[in-house]
Amino acid sequence: MKKILIVDDEPNIVMSLEYTFKKNNFEVFIARDGQEALDILQNQLPDIIILDVMMPMVDGYATLEQIKKEERLKHCKVIFLSAKNKEKDIEKGLSLGANLYVTKPFSIKKLVEQVHELLQ
Amino acid sequence: MNSIGLLVILAIYLSILFYIAHWSEKKSHSKWTNNPYVYSFSLAVYCTAWTYYGSIGVAADSGLGYLPIYVGPILIIPVWMIILKKIIRISRVNKISSIADFISLRYGNSRFLGALVTIICIIGILPYISLQLKSISDTFHIVTKTQSSDNIFADTTTYVCLALSLFASYYGTRYVDASEKRRGIVTAVAMESILKLVFFIIIGVYVTYFVFDGFDDIYQKAALLKDFDKKNSIGGITNAINWFFLSILSMFAIFLLPRQFHTAIVENNKESHVHTAIWLFPLYLLIFNLFVFPIAWGGNILFEGKNFNSDTYSLLIPQLFNNNTLTVIVFLGGFSAAISMIIVSSIALATMLSNNLLIPYGFIGALENSSQQKNSKRIINSRKIGIFSLVILAYVIYRIFILDYSLVSIGLVSFVVIAQLAPAFFGAIFWRRGSKKGAVTGIILGFIICFYTLLIPYAIGITKSTSLFIQNGPWEIALLKPFQLFGLDYLDPIPHAVFWSLLINFLSYFAISVSFKGNYRERNYAEMYVDIDKYITNHEDAFIWKGTAYISDIQKVLLRFLGEERTKRALTIFNLKYNIDKDVTTADARFIKFAENLLTGHIGTASAKILISSVVQEDKISLPEVLRILEESKENIIINRKLTDTSNELKKISEQLKNANQELVNKDIQKDEFLDTVTHELRTPITAIRAASEILHDDDDIPEELRKQFLQNIISESDRLNRLIDKILDLEKFETGKQKIYLSKNNIIKTIQKTIESVNQLAKNKGIAIEFKDSSKEIRAFYDEERIVQVIHNLLSNAIKFCSETAGKITISILENDTNIEVKIYNNGKTIKIEDADAIFDKFYQSRNQNIKKPIGSGLGLAICKQIVEHHKGSIWTEINKTEGATFIFTLPNYITTENN
Repeated sequence: MKKILIVDDEPNIVMSLEYTFKKNNFEVFIARDGQEALDILQNQLPDIIILDVMMPMVDGYATLEQIKKEERLKHCKVIFLSAKNKEKDIEKGLSLGANLYVTKPFSIKKLVEQVHELLQ
Repeated sequence: MNSIGLLVILAIYLSILFYIAHWSEKKSHSKWTNNPYVYSFSLAVYCTAWTYYGSIGVAADSGLGYLPIYVGPILIIPVWMIILKKIIRISRVNKISSIADFISLRYGNSRFLGALVTIICIIGILPYISLQLKSISDTFHIVTKTQSSDNIFADTTTYVCLALSLFASYYGTRYVDASEKRRGIVTAVAMESILKLVFFIIIGVYVTYFVFDGFDDIYQKAALLKDFDKKNSIGGITNAINWFFLSILSMFAIFLLPRQFHTAIVENNKESHVHTAIWLFPLYLLIFNLFVFPIAWGGNILFEGKNFNSDTYSLLIPQLFNNNTLTVIVFLGGFSAAISMIIVSSIALATMLSNNLLIPYGFIGALENSSQQKNSKRIINSRKIGIFSLVILAYVIYRIFILDYSLVSIGLVSFVVIAQLAPAFFGAIFWRRGSKKGAVTGIILGFIICFYTLLIPYAIGITKSTSLFIQNGPWEIALLKPFQLFGLDYLDPIPHAVFWSLLINFLSYFAISVSFKGNYRERNYAEMYVDIDKYITNHEDAFIWKGTAYISDIQKVLLRFLGEERTKRALTIFNLKYNIDKDVTTADARFIKFAENLLTGHIGTASAKILISSVVQEDKISLPEVLRILEESKENIIINRKLTDTSNELKKISEQLKNANQELVNKDIQKDEFLDTVTHELRTPITAIRAASEILHDDDDIPEELRKQFLQNIISESDRLNRLIDKILDLEKFETGKQKIYLSKNNIIKTIQKTIESVNQLAKNKGIAIEFKDSSKEIRAFYDEERIVQVIHNLLSNAIKFCSETAGKITISILENDTNIEVKIYNNGKTIKIEDADAIFDKFYQSRNQNIKKPIGSGLGLAICKQIVEHHKGSIWTEINKTEGATFIFTLPNYITTENN
């Protein structure tokens, strides 16, 4: 069973993602901001992380930078999921080492397909 | 006191003085020597031994007669300042170093006029210097109780003369360029001015308060003496006219005396120093005169019937009471007054003598072909010899012509002679038509008159009207009586001479200037002098000259006086100033003027012109041509000024445009950020709605409970979306002024309570206690209740949101003062950082400063609150709490304030 970590501060969006990925046989972990995510990553090694950018406390970019620093987490796939859809935001996200940058609003179906593709 | 003792004191005093000069010459750039006070005190060289001793004599013998000499300068001071500034400017740009230079340059570099002015000055001033020597000698003998001796080697004055000549020639001729500043001399003179004033005050206080019992005592005792009343009133129209002429005379003196011209203009190194002099100098004169009257009448009382020389009362009184120290102090004060005058006058006269008489008429030929070192040496030596010979000449006059006269009468004769320069001098700066012929004629005729009416009678010692020459006139022609010329019999000799000499002088200057036009050079300088402010920066532009000249020829002349290095530097400066290529070989008018200027300080204006003329080929220009060119240059200057103005204006506008543009750019960035944040904020609920809807759409076997939850999410996110849109529109309406506020009378307590109720549940859920103090009061005010509810609601929601998680507490309080009601909402959550205190009221503040961090709430709430409160003419701010919690405060105008408006 693949593990997924969803990091987003919008409970309603998280709820939809959680439902969908559970249905697709993922073990789902949830964090409300970057700090929480990093805490969870201390004990868990998910296959993929879905990361919002604008969050209180530690934002998405900073979270990814921390993740990339840890050898153990190097092979985690990371998808940014953000309402920031400017060229420079996307470029920044990808340059930090994310595998994909998906802009909000998004299609859940498509996101699931992209996750599967990444994990193959 | 014996002679040796006094001589030792004198020697010590002189060496201190020389040391001050030496020290300030070394520190010539320090603020100790370059300040307005040194300048102002140096002007007090006006007060010589004549003032120091002579005023007392006049006051004792003829009452208030001593006053006009000081009333004149004090009255003229405001005008003096304006004229002085003008003269300073003219002198600075033309490197003028004496009054002879000043007058002769204006009348077309006239060699003759320069020499004439020099001669007049020497004739006028030499007896004046003798007078100072006489005062030194007289007072020396009084202090030492000795008699003057016929042996010149036994006469102290001989040695004083030698010492002064050495001092003056050493510090007075250090620079070949006579327009250079001599800080050493000036500082020493200023020092002496202070000393003589202090010493005079000391003797004044001594006589008034120690010898007598104050002013009243002296007045009462003096009033008993005969003639007191007669002496101490102006006394009728005749005397008033006498007064008037004496005041006029001293007004002129302040401008025309060579030593005054020297200290006020040549030694002025900052125009602004005049501003201090304008009050300090008259104040100085005023203080000086304060004690003249008590000393004079104190002397009259003490020495009644003894027939002492009243000039020396200030020495006789302390001596009478055997106060040796005070006698010596008074003597030193008088000595200071005398030697400052001698030093400054001899330097000024020697400069004139060399630059306006000796060089142009004597050895200019010798200077033409020598090296720079030789020339400089020659010029400086000529001045040194000048100083020596002038002092010696004065000494001779003092020794040979036994000066029986009182100090004042000789001083006044000097003034009258010098006053002959007045028409030419003032005409120079105010009247374009004034010409050289007019000036020369005026001065000569004026001088002849005063020679006849003053110098002859005084020289042959017949001031007492017993002589037949004075009684009946020459050949018994009554109309030619020297003291009653043409039947004018009600003026004293001095005012009488002033009247006739100046009248004739002025009329001939005027008549001849009007009848015969001056040549082009005169007219040229007339324009420059009268309109100096216009030409101050580019005065070379205003100089007209036509002919052929080569820079190399002129350069050779300059080299002989300035040396290689200075010549080179001057040329570079000139080329830079007028943007002239250094390969240009022919000289233009500007260069001619520039070169003449460079030489003027060394050899005077007339010689400078002669030297330059000798190496250039000058063509004659007609007067109309001069006027045409002048007109053109005037226009050029005006156009130039206009261009500068326009360019400055353009600069200003472009600066403004730049600022406006920057503002626009900033606004644009703000707008982009705003749009960014708005779209982000709008996308978030849309994302949630889209995700939930997609699941509901695609997934048929979703459990009922979850299905309801998703639907509920869609509803709440839609509401959120709607609220956000409302807020954005709200804010936009406020910002563009479309939003209206509907004021009505309300009770703020009720409004707050109403709002608390609407958030009560939310607070309870988080376990927060809301405390509202003053809830029982009634405070009425005019406001739009719906809007104020919105403000309070927003502040309360924020307070709940940021309240401490445990034991949360919110406190609301109200304060009412004369003009406002103040609502304060406190929560015990996190404090607000100082740097955020103002910015949190900006819309989407978080978005700008923590770009990627998520704003809590829409980021618009406080911005809207601020708009609402400000539309009510109130204000909103946050108080920085040091320990914990956040306090938000807003004010509204209270009932009375609104009513009044």
